[in-house]
Amino acid sequence: MFFHIGRYTTMLSFLFVRPEKFSSYWNRLIEEIIQLGIKSLFMVVLMSAFMGAVLVIQTASAIESAWIPDYTVGFTVKQTLILEFCPTIISLILAGKVGSNIASELGTMRVTEQIDALEVMGVNSIGYLIGPKILGSLFIFPVLIMYSMFFGFLGGWALCFLTDIIPIEQYLMGIQSFSYENYEYIRYALIKTVFFAFIITSVSSYFGYYTSGGALEVGRQSTKAVVYSSILILMFNVLLTQLLLS
Amino acid sequence: MIEIKNISKSFSGVKVLDDVSFTFKKGQTNLIIGKSGSGKSVLTKCIVGLLEPDSGDIIFDGRSFRGIKTQGKKKIRKEIGMLFQAGALFDSLTVEENVAFPLKMFSELSTEEIADRTNFCLNRVDIINKNDLFPAEISGGMQKRVAIARAIAMNPKYLFCDEPNSGLDPVTAIVIDELIKEITEEFQMTTVVITHDMNSVLEIGENIMFIYEGKNYWVGDKDSILTTDVEELNNFVYVSKFLRQFKEKL
Repeated sequence: MFFHIGRYTTMLSFLFVRPEKFSSYWNRLIEEIIQLGIKSLFMVVLMSAFMGAVLVIQTASAIESAWIPDYTVGFTVKQTLILEFCPTIISLILAGKVGSNIASELGTMRVTEQIDALEVMGVNSIGYLIGPKILGSLFIFPVLIMYSMFFGFLGGWALCFLTDIIPIEQYLMGIQSFSYENYEYIRYALIKTVFFAFIITSVSSYFGYYTSGGALEVGRQSTKAVVYSSILILMFNVLLTQLLLS
Repeated sequence: MIEIKNISKSFSGVKVLDDVSFTFKKGQTNLIIGKSGSGKSVLTKCIVGLLEPDSGDIIFDGRSFRGIKTQGKKKIRKEIGMLFQAGALFDSLTVEENVAFPLKMFSELSTEEIADRTNFCLNRVDIINKNDLFPAEISGGMQKRVAIARAIAMNPKYLFCDEPNSGLDPVTAIVIDELIKEITEEFQMTTVVITHDMNSVLEIGENIMFIYEGKNYWVGDKDSILTTDVEELNNFVYVSKFLRQFKEKL
């Protein structure tokens, strides 16, 4: 374990080496923002909308009481989406999609000697390949989470519109209630997302970059990348929640 | 010229290279030959800096590779071109982008100059009208030629070729061998070819080192290799019954 922590830290230290040419790194950054973020947008939107809809159904059925106003459903959905579902669940989903993508891409580059080719040319392969992935995710994942929140609310709204589970006005009232707290909660969610983005890209890059062997090992490293990223996300979720909300 | 002096390298206590010394000459195709697992690739990786030898030194035209700092090593690495066993072309880049990659990273050339240099290198290896194709869309022989074009794009002083013929048919293999020899003479590079293909040895072997169990066992050229008395080398060269009969007639 200490070997992996040491090697992971050494890998991260190479990110701070001065780039050979800034323009090449800038192009790589844009490519990674598109690859990791924009290409995940549809999936994030779709899942968030369904999550919002399901949350409305579950909350409404759980607190069905004459003593509790209907807008409580909207309020609970809002709190759940902002505080936990959007930053954490979507990050776990991204760990699966983006994490395996990164690990298999770098793993394949390693076993086909493409990384060696970069090193022989004198390119800092960690800085060139991994740096833009981490930077790109730190920028684009919070944007994805903002979209996730919006489409989560929209999914709940659509369910209320299509069914008579609670009146739409009550749902919207719940979403808008205690709005003075929203800024603080969104800030908390975005801080968590930045940490999760770093975990997903750096841990997956680590497993991919240090792949050895053949195609079978690439698959194994991709699985490890997703498993370890997910565990670390959940661990840091507890830690960050304690630090930021307590 | 590259001199390697007393290179040793072990992995988990197993000695893979044992006190290997040799001089790779400028303007010649220098060959490292030996059986699979004899230490050829490890030696090459030590020379280009992908592995750190346990002891010994590597001297590129009087500059010790082990005794200099990172910036100095980077400078030497920019003078190295390498053709990997499977080509190692970047999957996500087109043929043209692959060849232009080192130029974009390290040169101050304009876009037009980079395009000119890229096309010159591609033409030199007879890759015509394939600029926009991806590596997966061209044949193995073409991939090797594109990899050679990428290796020579920066006008390297030293060219390393790790089993350039692996996976190629004999005709294409000879074409690649001849191309390497021509380029070496044309650009006066120090070329090091790692191979266990006897066709290559007899075609381009001007200065040959035979590695056996991690040691430099024999040094010579393509003519002397056929008449050597070293038993281990004879077992490598005359591996088939047909070739052994041929040897007896020599």
